[in-house]
Amino acid sequence: MTRKQKKVLWRIIAVFLLLVIVSFLPTDRLSESCILVLYLIPYLIIGYDILRKAVLGILHGEVFDENFLMAVATVGAMLLRDYREGVAVMLFYQIGELFQSVAVGKSRRNISALMDIRPDYANREAQDGTLIQADPEDVAVGSVILVRPGEKVPIDGIVVEGNSTLNTSALTGESLPREVTVGQEIISGCVNLSGVLRIRTTKEFGESTVSRILDLVENSSMKKAKAENFISKFAHYYTPAVCYSALALAVLPPVLNLVMGNSADFSNWVVRALTFLVISCPCALVISIPLSFFGGIGGASSQGILVKGANYLEALAKTRYVVFDKTGTLTKGVFQVTKVCPEKGVSQEQLLKYAAYAESFSNHPISKSLREAYGKEPDHTLISDTKEISGHGVITKVQDVEVAAGNRRLMEQLGITVDLPDISGTVVYVAVDDSYMGYLLIADVVKEQSESAVKALKKAGIRKTVMLTGDSKQVAEAVAKQLGVDEVRSELMPEDKVIQVELLLARKQKNEVLVFVGDGINDAPVLSRSDVGIAMGALGSDAAIEAADVVLMDDNPLKIAQAIGISRKCLRIVYENIVFALGVKGICLILGALGKAGMWLAIFADVGVMVIAVLNAIRCLKVDNVQNRNDF
Amino acid sequence: MKKTYKIEVDCANCARKMEEATKKVEGVADATVSFMTQKMSVEFEEGAEEKAVMDKVVKACKKVEDDCEIYL
Repeated sequence: MTRKQKKVLWRIIAVFLLLVIVSFLPTDRLSESCILVLYLIPYLIIGYDILRKAVLGILHGEVFDENFLMAVATVGAMLLRDYREGVAVMLFYQIGELFQSVAVGKSRRNISALMDIRPDYANREAQDGTLIQADPEDVAVGSVILVRPGEKVPIDGIVVEGNSTLNTSALTGESLPREVTVGQEIISGCVNLSGVLRIRTTKEFGESTVSRILDLVENSSMKKAKAENFISKFAHYYTPAVCYSALALAVLPPVLNLVMGNSADFSNWVVRALTFLVISCPCALVISIPLSFFGGIGGASSQGILVKGANYLEALAKTRYVVFDKTGTLTKGVFQVTKVCPEKGVSQEQLLKYAAYAESFSNHPISKSLREAYGKEPDHTLISDTKEISGHGVITKVQDVEVAAGNRRLMEQLGITVDLPDISGTVVYVAVDDSYMGYLLIADVVKEQSESAVKALKKAGIRKTVMLTGDSKQVAEAVAKQLGVDEVRSELMPEDKVIQVELLLARKQKNEVLVFVGDGINDAPVLSRSDVGIAMGALGSDAAIEAADVVLMDDNPLKIAQAIGISRKCLRIVYENIVFALGVKGICLILGALGKAGMWLAIFADVGVMVIAVLNAIRCLKVDNVQNRNDF
Repeated sequence: MKKTYKIEVDCANCARKMEEATKKVEGVADATVSFMTQKMSVEFEEGAEEKAVMDKVVKACKKVEDDCEIYL
């Protein structure tokens, strides 16, 4: 509890005791004004801040808020000589507020703790070998820092000394430790488990993975969901409407009574109006809905699913179409040369060498696999005039000859016709000085979880799954069939993927959501064009974290269905709270207007409903059971 | 230009009121107040002077919720 909360707690205890004492006093022997003073003391102790805020609100023209409602209701009760009730209402209101503030504060801290991966310090070694704990922000790029077992890696870097295992669960939700050794890149936010590591930093703290993720998570609640905006708008009209209704309730029936010639019965109607006011407070909705979304986002991030805003969490629930990029998303994106088929008169070694040289500057996984298969590092000094033709391949000069390596379209451009080998895999054709040298077959491996991921999506009510790929039709269809994907579009250039997604977007209904899942390489435009863009395997890939709306920290495609599951659970809780709070309040308002509900029911309708709604909202935080439901 | 400020506010409804008040301040293009992270993010209009605008924002917020704190 904070100091403020403790102060309120003491006030509550004091007033409760005072109220008990005053109740036992022989009040019938005291004068009216004496009793008033006896009750005014606890009333002011418990309610001075509410009264002050209500007066300030009126002075500032902000009339209709809950302080005003409580002030009017309790002052009204005092004027009607229901002293005990007046004090009790204020007392219970304060108890409710205290409970809410403690509960919300606690869950806020819980959620923040889930997301808190901020490292506190970086160890720098002084010249005499002693360790200095420095603020990570003060560590320059290229410095060597030391990470001991049990410490968090504060800044991204490369291991220069030591072997160890890392726990990445704070980032990925994946509990299996990862091995690292000299020369490997290491990402901040991981916890070092076993050995001492010396790391040469490659980024500043502000640019490191951990800072970027923190930034992303902390800003996520700035993008509000439609349901949140709805409540804001709702409260805007609701409170004045309730106040005018209460006023009408206090004035109209007595006036009608007078006109009809009956007694006005003013006090009865004023009490009803005051009850009405207490019931009406919109707190339950205003608090529980952002809390639900915040809890959902926090819970998701504990599973390695970073959602960039409540609006995206909300949209995910309505997912009907899931469009996948193939490479790196459904497949491992680890390519291996599985076959080398040179033309007559060309050796396998020669073909591999040309291919490796041609692709030596590219970071594409296919190029990497070619270089790996070649086994030697190409001599970069021999290579010049490299032209990368997107969606086709590479043309480059190696010594005096022009080497072209790429797909069939590239060969056609060069006027070479090649036969299509009847095998599934990616084929890289190689031509030197426009004469055909042969082809290499490269195959990508499908991820173990991909098949169950597609099944899980189907089970979650996804209408259609579509796979987009730049690969050949044969490969694409083989993979699609294996995984059970509904539709395939193959041989697409990066820009074709945007067009395909736009076609799908045009066909879907307005309230259906299209999700695109990619690995963040080359598909940033598609990620931003789709309703919700999910980037996976995003550890360390800044572009993907930037472009996507949802970031999966590891590369398990099952997390897509899990994200949708979390979103649905969260939304269900939000709707439960809206219906529950409005329902109970609606019924109580009618009862209050009819005179069937006293102050006690009113307090329940206000504080009780809010407490129940907050407790319900906290359920959003629990998401591990969502995962189990989707495991196959 | 968009900037985020740390705030201290006790209740969600108060945060909502601060948000509405901030949006109405001259020089503010858009504003969001997050009760959960205790942060306020303000998007300034083109050419608005940040300090002057934020002074007004603080005043406006104090007016609707006397019990709030904005750390500039």
